[in-house]
Amino acid sequence: MPLIDYANPRRFQEIARWLIPLAAAAAAILLAVGLSMGWRAPADYQQGEMVKVMYIHVPFAWLSLAAYTLMAVAALGTIVWRHPLADVAGKAAAQVGAVFCFLCLVTGALWGRPTWGTYWDWDPRLTSVLVLFLLYLGVLALWRAFDDPLRAGRAAAILALVGFINVPVVKFSVDWWNSIHQRDSISLGKSAIDPSMLYPLLISAAGFFALFAALHLAAMRNELLRRRARTLRILKAAETE
Amino acid sequence: MMGNLGPHAGFILAAYGIAAATLGILIAWIAAEYRAQRKAVRDLESRRK
Repeated sequence: MPLIDYANPRRFQEIARWLIPLAAAAAAILLAVGLSMGWRAPADYQQGEMVKVMYIHVPFAWLSLAAYTLMAVAALGTIVWRHPLADVAGKAAAQVGAVFCFLCLVTGALWGRPTWGTYWDWDPRLTSVLVLFLLYLGVLALWRAFDDPLRAGRAAAILALVGFINVPVVKFSVDWWNSIHQRDSISLGKSAIDPSMLYPLLISAAGFFALFAALHLAAMRNELLRRRARTLRILKAAETE
Repeated sequence: MMGNLGPHAGFILAAYGIAAATLGILIAWIAAEYRAQRKAVRDLESRRK
C-alpha cells in the first residue's frame, strides 16, 4: 500500500485498532522478560546493585530523544508536507515523550545520589536533558494556547523544530564537555557492558519502545476523536444559528 | 529479594516505584480520554441523525 494511504485518519483508526493491542502485548512480554532478567543479573563491580536502575533509566533516556526526534519529523510533516496526520503525531509524541523525559530525570537523580553524592548538578548532560524536558512542556503549552488545532500545530511545530538543536547537544554533551555523567556505554555494534547486563537492558529497552508505540498510537487516536468531536460541535452550532 | 539490594535499596525501589506509578497514570489517562472522546463523538453523531 502506498505510504500516503496511511494519511487517511479513517485508515489510521483501522490500523490502530489492532496495532495498539499488539504493541501493548509486546511491551508487556518484553518488559516482564527484560526487567526480571535485570533483577537477577549480577551486581556491577563499581556500582553494586544500583546498576538495576540502568534497566529503566537508559531506555527512558533513549525514548526521550527518540520521541523528540519523532516530534521534529512530524513538525517537518506539518510545515513542509502538510501531512494530515503530522501534527496529530507530533502532539501525541509530545504528550508521551514528556513523561518519558520526566522519568529519565527522576530515575537519573535517584541513581545519581548514591553514585555521585548528589541528586542534581548543573552538568552539561543533566542540564541539556532538563532543557529537553522544558522544550516538551513548551510544545504542550503551545498546543493549549490556541483553540484552532491547525494554528496550534503550526506554532508547536516551529518550536519543536527549533528545539531539535538540543537533541545532538544531549547526545554529545558527555563528549564535548567535562561531565560527571559517564560516556555512552553502548553505540552501534559496540558495547562496554557485560552481556549478562546488556541483554536485559536491550530487552527492557525494546519493551519500553513497544510501550511508547502503543501509547503514541493511542494518544493519536484520542486526538483524532477530539478533532472529530470539535468538528461536530462546530457543525451543530452552525445548524442552530 | 529486597534484602539483596544492598545499602541503596530505597533509591532502587523508589526509581522503579515512581516509574511504574507515572506510567500507570499515563496509561489510565490515555484510556480515560479515549472513552470520554469516543462517547462525545457518539453523542454528537446521534444528535445529528
